[in-house]
Amino acid sequence: MKIRHGLTMLALMAAAAVAQAQDALQVRSWAASCANCHGTDGRAQPGMESLAGANKDDMIKKMLDFKAGRKPATIMHQLAKGYSDEQIAAIAAYFAAQKK
Amino acid sequence: MQRRQLLQVGSALGAMGLVSGCASIGGNRPKVVVVGAGYAGATAAKYIRMWSEGGIQVTLVEPNDSFISCPISNLVIGGSKTMADITTPYDNLVKRHGVQMVKDRVASIDATKRVVRLAGGSELPYDRLIVSPGVDFMWESLPGMSKPGAQDKVLHAWKAGAQTLALRKQLEAMPDGGVFAMSIPLAPYRCPPGPYERACQVADYFSKAKPKSKVIILDANDDVTSKGPLFKKAWADRYKGIIEYRPKHNVVDVDAATNTAKFEFNDDVKASVLNVIPNMRAGDVAVNAGLATANKRWCEVDFLTFESKAAPNVHVLGDAIQIAPAMPKSGHMANQHGKACAAAVIALLTGKQVNPLPIYNNTCYSFVSSEDVVHVASVHRYDAEKKTMLTVPGSGGVSSAANELEGRYALAWARNIWADTLA
Repeated sequence: MKIRHGLTMLALMAAAAVAQAQDALQVRSWAASCANCHGTDGRAQPGMESLAGANKDDMIKKMLDFKAGRKPATIMHQLAKGYSDEQIAAIAAYFAAQKK
Repeated sequence: MQRRQLLQVGSALGAMGLVSGCASIGGNRPKVVVVGAGYAGATAAKYIRMWSEGGIQVTLVEPNDSFISCPISNLVIGGSKTMADITTPYDNLVKRHGVQMVKDRVASIDATKRVVRLAGGSELPYDRLIVSPGVDFMWESLPGMSKPGAQDKVLHAWKAGAQTLALRKQLEAMPDGGVFAMSIPLAPYRCPPGPYERACQVADYFSKAKPKSKVIILDANDDVTSKGPLFKKAWADRYKGIIEYRPKHNVVDVDAATNTAKFEFNDDVKASVLNVIPNMRAGDVAVNAGLATANKRWCEVDFLTFESKAAPNVHVLGDAIQIAPAMPKSGHMANQHGKACAAAVIALLTGKQVNPLPIYNNTCYSFVSSEDVVHVASVHRYDAEKKTMLTVPGSGGVSSAANELEGRYALAWARNIWADTLA
């Protein structure tokens, strides 16, 4: 029983690791759609804000403020409304982890 | 099959942190061939190399020497930008990302044997093929345009390049008091707001250099297809007496010798400079390979992977596809296709799960003068039930009014998307 239990745990852990890795790839794909304006992996060309290595909480607050209409914008208030709060948090964490 | 199974095992182990570098097991790396180095193809090539960490070989087939951007090309026609401003070399794809560039055209695709044959005679085998040929024109709908020399005189300038500059030269050579007439085909066509932006650019040039000249827009559609109120406001406020908009004007033939556009119901229009934007379909490469399954015009794809509904292991991107509802044929969207497809192709080649929920956006800036800009934006999300991309309710929108700040953002957008696609 013990051995079997141990194997089940191992399988579950492995499954969780696979799911996590796949979630990470999904977030990478979501974040890549920001790159058209904010640069590959958030490292922007001149004239646009870089997101790579920025503070995660600041980015989340900014996006939620755009989304709620608290922060004026030309375009970001319209784009922010396309993402759930959880998606925004995950994308912000991705950019915060990128090298500046 | 064997290699694929091995890769699946390898990647599963890799995902559990037991081994790494799974894609290079056996030293026999999967091969991807990309046809067409525009916004979609070049982006797909770069991102497959980057995200597979070099584990997948990518060969990019492109006949042109360098990338010339359609977005911003109307500013060359208006005179505020040059060809150099919209041209980017391909060398970073090779130097930084290890993409193998082949300067050639595709002769044929054998989807059964998984081989691309090039006009130059060589053959490229592939595990997965990405076809991003852009659009070609349906000249058969304008009989007069097949006469010798007609296409050199009446330009489309709807593929940025030699014709962009040639149309600019025609405008420069036109005497003041002349008429520039531009026809717009029925939607769908590449870059919905592009023709209206072009009208603004030419009018901006006329207002500064040739104030007695006119712009006539001959639109086959019932009304302006994109950013309508914003364009109409620009025409009324900035170009009153210069721009005349004529909807429901479907050009059915052209007499290039006299610069005359002919219609089904309306009177002929004779212009000093006639710019005909013809009906469009998926590029020849896709049509000849049997990929254009929607009305023989556009290529239907699975929106999770961009795999063709007509040929397994073949993916189609960019303007050539049968679009999802409210998805524009734009450079920005093509770049998004490139990244979504890159992730899916890597997943398929390494036995991983394809992202079940793609989300991406479109941002499109149009210059109504040489400085002031209006935008349209949207966010698109996969709908598992309808199996297509749909806009997220409540998201997206347009500028409240043309403004100079967005003019600066538009140029920053261009710098960034060119780098994201090519650098």
